[in-house]
Amino acid sequence: MRTILFEFKEGMMIALRAIASNKIRAMLTMLGIFIGVTVVVTMSTAIKGIDNSFQQGISSLGSDVLYIDKWAWFSNVEWWKMRNRKNITMEEFEKFKTLAKLPSAVAPVINTVQTIKYLERRVENVFVNGSNTDYVKTTNFTFAEGRFYSEIESNASRQVAVIGSEIAKKLFPNISPIDRTIKIGGENYRVVGVLAEQGSFILGPWNPDNQVYVPIGTIFKNFASNRFRSITINVRASSPAMVEETKAEAEGVMRKVRGLSYDQMNDFSINQQEGLQENYNSVVGVIQIAGLFITGLSLFVGAIGIMNIMFVSVKERTKEIGLRKAIGAKRRTILAQFLLESSMICLVGGFAGLLSAVLLSMLINQFIPTSIQIGSVILGIGISLLTGIISGIAPAYTAAKMDPVEALRYE
Amino acid sequence: MIIINIEHIAKIYKVGFEEVHALRDVSLKIDKNEYVAIMGPSGSGKSTLMNMLGCLDTPTSGKYEFKGVSVSEMSDNELAKIRNKEIGFVFQTFNLLARSDAVHNVELPLIYAGVPTAERRERAVQALIDVGLKDRLHHKPNELSGGQRQRVAIARALVTNPSIILADEPTGNLDSKTGEEIMALFHEIHEKGNTIILVTHEEYIAEHAARIVRLKDGLIESDERVDKRYLTKIKSTLTK
Repeated sequence: MRTILFEFKEGMMIALRAIASNKIRAMLTMLGIFIGVTVVVTMSTAIKGIDNSFQQGISSLGSDVLYIDKWAWFSNVEWWKMRNRKNITMEEFEKFKTLAKLPSAVAPVINTVQTIKYLERRVENVFVNGSNTDYVKTTNFTFAEGRFYSEIESNASRQVAVIGSEIAKKLFPNISPIDRTIKIGGENYRVVGVLAEQGSFILGPWNPDNQVYVPIGTIFKNFASNRFRSITINVRASSPAMVEETKAEAEGVMRKVRGLSYDQMNDFSINQQEGLQENYNSVVGVIQIAGLFITGLSLFVGAIGIMNIMFVSVKERTKEIGLRKAIGAKRRTILAQFLLESSMICLVGGFAGLLSAVLLSMLINQFIPTSIQIGSVILGIGISLLTGIISGIAPAYTAAKMDPVEALRYE
Repeated sequence: MIIINIEHIAKIYKVGFEEVHALRDVSLKIDKNEYVAIMGPSGSGKSTLMNMLGCLDTPTSGKYEFKGVSVSEMSDNELAKIRNKEIGFVFQTFNLLARSDAVHNVELPLIYAGVPTAERRERAVQALIDVGLKDRLHHKPNELSGGQRQRVAIARALVTNPSIILADEPTGNLDSKTGEEIMALFHEIHEKGNTIILVTHEEYIAEHAARIVRLKDGLIESDERVDKRYLTKIKSTLTK
């Protein structure tokens, strides 16, 4: 046991000396491992970061909300079939609301993209949602300041607006937005409420923080073309457990509203956050596979490089191997010596890769919140060690089975 | 006590389709504290015999007993153990580790023997003092002269207290004056009770030994004790 320990220590010393005396060669050899570990660790931290933001963002949409829409978010139905569907109208919404018993809240929604201005500040391409007071019940909105627009304001199509936290930050960096007058597409609106931060950057313009909420009648009044567009009916189930039943009922009610006979297909879609999740998963899956491929490739190339250099190293030190064997080094001693050397090269490359991954993550952190996971650190180290051992086996074995007589004679 | 007992050993190498009979039929006994020179022209089989004696190679046929234990059938690892404990090698080209200092070079066999660090260091330093390199403990091979390098190699061979010292042309890479100094060192080592086997093709080097075994074409040509005159001659040069 003690002998093995000494041999291990000696092996480490030999490896360190060998690497130190061939610095440039060792560095070039490490490159493949370096890139591989950098990619795998950066990828996994970035994906973790995106994942966290996405989950946070999607939960702001609520898992118990259904969206009855002319368009399906994700489906195999041809787009032109959906285009030919009838628009969902306010009258249909009223009928649906009366007939549907299970939902805890039902709200009509229409949105238009507008530029929002306050004095000389402006935000472009903002989703302006028109709805009624029930809208807030279909969300988990919390307010930083003020309130949602009231039923009176809604029914009277008043020029009032509730703004998302990001919009508030951009238009009113220093002052409270409440009771200020903003311009939406040229019309004046009084701000009555500001949302607390809801979603996450990852949803982009779909993030509630980047949106503005006004009474639906106001939209029809000010942006007349919207009168002919299809609305969306947001339906909230009484609990997440009731989502499926609520969906079944909504489908039945909607068919009834539309007057569809049993052999006709639905001419509307019921969308769910779940679809978003699935879509997201498949996108992330592709990114992960691509990352895995790059990592695998660079590790493979790296491993070949290391194997190559280890063969050179074994050849160069043939005489030394002969001597070590002559004075009592066993096969396993020589094997361990070269395995240690290749592992060491890989580990140094791996640590350098980790370091660069940490720096890269800090850089990415400027855009997406990332966090280095202890799991990815272990993964990086593990991968480099494994590569070192695998690529070292063949050269180390060659060295171990050398005939001492031949090796000593080698010039 | 007989240390080496070889009976009718032969070694056949295959070179391509041809068989080379490096050793045909060699029998040899070497006693404790003998000083034997093995001589012969190139191709006589003296290198093969040395590899055999040093347990670096095993015979094709015949019997080899080292201190009464048969080594002809041993595995690689068992041979490595014998080499480590029982044999001290001295090579023509010194074969020191270029990147290690003298002490580490001498320590090497003790590392493979599993000797604890402190004891290892102490024994290595002592061995270097014994060969007269007290002031060169932490010099690397390229900072040492040829003679000093060979002294480090001799210290490395002695540090494990082996049963035999096997020296293959130890003066081959040295000038004659340094060569004589090394031979004097061997003499001293022999005087302390060590068994030395010297492989050489130089007559005047072989004359330092007490017994000369001459090989030719894979057979022993002659095996004779050297006249004591040489020993007294060496002693007189040493005392000067």
